[in-house]
Amino acid sequence: MKVLKLTFKNAFRHKLRSVLTIIGIAIAVTAFGFLRTVVTAWYSGVEASSANRLITRQAISFIFPLPLADRDQISKLPGVQLVSWANWFQGVYKDKSQFFARMAVDHETFFDAYSEFLTAPDELAEFKKYRNSCIVGADLVKQYGFKIGDIIPIEGDIFPGHWEFVVKGIYKPRDKTIDGTQMLFHWDYLNERMRQESPGRADQVGWYIVKIKDALHGAELSDQIDALFANSRAETKTETERAFQQGFAQSGNAILSAINFISYVIVGIIMLVLGNTMIMSARERTREYAVFKTLGFSAKHVTGMIFGESMILSAFGVVFGLPATIGLVNMFAQFIPKAMIPVFYVEPITYVLSGTAALLVCVAASVFPIQRALRTTIVDGLRSIG
Amino acid sequence: MKIPLKYIVRNFRTRRLTTGITVAGIALVVFVFTAVLMLANGVRQTLVATGADDNVLISRKSSNGEISSILDPGTQGVILTLPFIAKTADGKPIVSKEPVVVINLRKHDGGMSNVTVRGVSDQALILRPQVKLVDGRMFNFGSRELIVGQSIEKRFQGAKIGDVVRFAGDNWSIVGRFQANKSGFDSEMWGDALQLLSAFNRGSSVSTMTMKLERPESFEGFKRAFESEQRLNQFEPKVEQKYFEEQSEFMSIFISVLGIFVTVIFSAGATIGAMITMYAAVANRTVEIGTLRALGFRRRSVLAAFMLESLIIALFGGFLGLAISSFLQFFSISTMNFGSFAELEFSFALSPQIAIYSLLFSMAMGFVGGFLPSVRAARLNIVTALRAS
Repeated sequence: MKVLKLTFKNAFRHKLRSVLTIIGIAIAVTAFGFLRTVVTAWYSGVEASSANRLITRQAISFIFPLPLADRDQISKLPGVQLVSWANWFQGVYKDKSQFFARMAVDHETFFDAYSEFLTAPDELAEFKKYRNSCIVGADLVKQYGFKIGDIIPIEGDIFPGHWEFVVKGIYKPRDKTIDGTQMLFHWDYLNERMRQESPGRADQVGWYIVKIKDALHGAELSDQIDALFANSRAETKTETERAFQQGFAQSGNAILSAINFISYVIVGIIMLVLGNTMIMSARERTREYAVFKTLGFSAKHVTGMIFGESMILSAFGVVFGLPATIGLVNMFAQFIPKAMIPVFYVEPITYVLSGTAALLVCVAASVFPIQRALRTTIVDGLRSIG
Repeated sequence: MKIPLKYIVRNFRTRRLTTGITVAGIALVVFVFTAVLMLANGVRQTLVATGADDNVLISRKSSNGEISSILDPGTQGVILTLPFIAKTADGKPIVSKEPVVVINLRKHDGGMSNVTVRGVSDQALILRPQVKLVDGRMFNFGSRELIVGQSIEKRFQGAKIGDVVRFAGDNWSIVGRFQANKSGFDSEMWGDALQLLSAFNRGSSVSTMTMKLERPESFEGFKRAFESEQRLNQFEPKVEQKYFEEQSEFMSIFISVLGIFVTVIFSAGATIGAMITMYAAVANRTVEIGTLRALGFRRRSVLAAFMLESLIIALFGGFLGLAISSFLQFFSISTMNFGSFAELEFSFALSPQIAIYSLLFSMAMGFVGGFLPSVRAARLNIVTALRAS
């Protein structure tokens, strides 16, 4: 008990140094947690994807369409519960910097396929009734203040021309991991206009969403779907939604690896700051440790004291750092447009990782001083001057 | 009177480990700082090198990139009637009408990624002299052949000369490899524009048109003529260089914002590290400082000595960090460019300016970290300092 008290007293013997060290650790813990959050946010699409949805797209690349006729063939396959489809519309709202996902979707089936987009039944019915209507995500409502009945004007780029959509409903994401920044409108509305303006582009679908009855048969069904269209003009590539999202997330791989790398460098920096403090403290106390040994305290005690001190400092760092992480993430989320990184919150695993990193650091930082304290003989210790 | 430099240097030797750790901390921060600047610089260099300043690229106004731009045949005809377009010796305008698409290919590391395929007209190589064939031959106009940029060949499977790429229901043979002076074209595949249009069933609607101007200064005149043409009000001309630079905007902003953010946090950490070291240096040497003062050294000499010590540590760290990061120049990174929706390869590019920034940055950390401890050292009372144990 006395040793514990001594350890605590030791930890705050140099108040200024301890405070600075704690601040240093807290900053690093915050930065680490923040960067981990950026990485998890990037992969949020993968996490949120459902195992019983397949995505069928053109084999060449995502930008080429598929014929609408494929729908019937896909839905005939056994094990398919529902086929829905969508087109990436993009376009420009206000100016090019206002980015959020704008998609043309099959109004009848889309919200059945994506049950995590929660809609009020009456709003959904209204949406289905009017061809020029759209449903927007709750986060978009927060950002742009859309109300039911508002008209959203959009300048088309992939589909040129001026477009107007009437807001008929607002969807709520089921939980924090779901993107609430999409605008979804009738695919029929898009198709009709294409039929009039550029008939070559009518009846074209960006990708199919295939809801299957049993997630276990995802791989088989994917192969079956692709086999249907092998050697046709528009060969398909079907994969689970998870793999599809992963492919997207992977494209930013190099940057993510860099962020990952940096987050480990941060751990290295905490280690240096804490290690430095511990080494200095232990060196200054060389004589004291010698006195302890003379009095009969064992190596275990000395080890415990140094390690405990390191532990106390890093624990304080974590205690201050974790709440700061949440604050920083929230602050950052305010600064960037919501649609750029739709899902941005600190996942529980991030707390665990931050804590583990700090623990690791506190072990690493005390190894060197402990080793030195144990190796110094009592005589040398007593003789040493700070 | 100044305190001899030797005193400061000796002190580093006495406290090797602590000094070393502080240097390492600062070096890490400078390393990250420099790496971020080098990366942003590399992206910029790559995209600036992609365009020429006497080429004009025409795209649809509302498009977000080449793949979402469409120019119908009528518009193409109108554009060709504009003045200031350079002509070859035999009087043909130097123009390339380019359909741009992306295709999915498998990378060497296993994942799939997007590659830009650009259809070009026969004037393309005159238009873009930086593109040089280094291996194989040019594709034949009228056949389904491609030439590949060297960074594509390096990173993707089945993208070597002699390989066959399958897309749009057809086989395309790769017949040549080109090098484009480390520009964005290095991450592209080129083929005959007409072949690509027919394969993709696009009629004659290309994505963008690029043309050479008689002189770079003709752009203003060209733009005026372009804007006064009613039929072109959906489209806009841009200097090619500027167009590609804007394509990289999102990426360079992302890199810079994240980089600055990270660096600020890092530097706070390293500054605190330096501060702890310097405070300890002052505390350990209280008696020494008292002695120095008693010998007649002024307060400001003590201040200067400690500041100098801190700055030297920081500068060491700065040089070390810079030295490590200069090795990054041997690496290149490839990632998705959100502007073109395809992979783009670029490398870390060091410039003298970046080197100077990094060293200044390290000294700033040394200054901030060393200032308070130095002031404390300078303000010590001689008698109490001498009496300290």
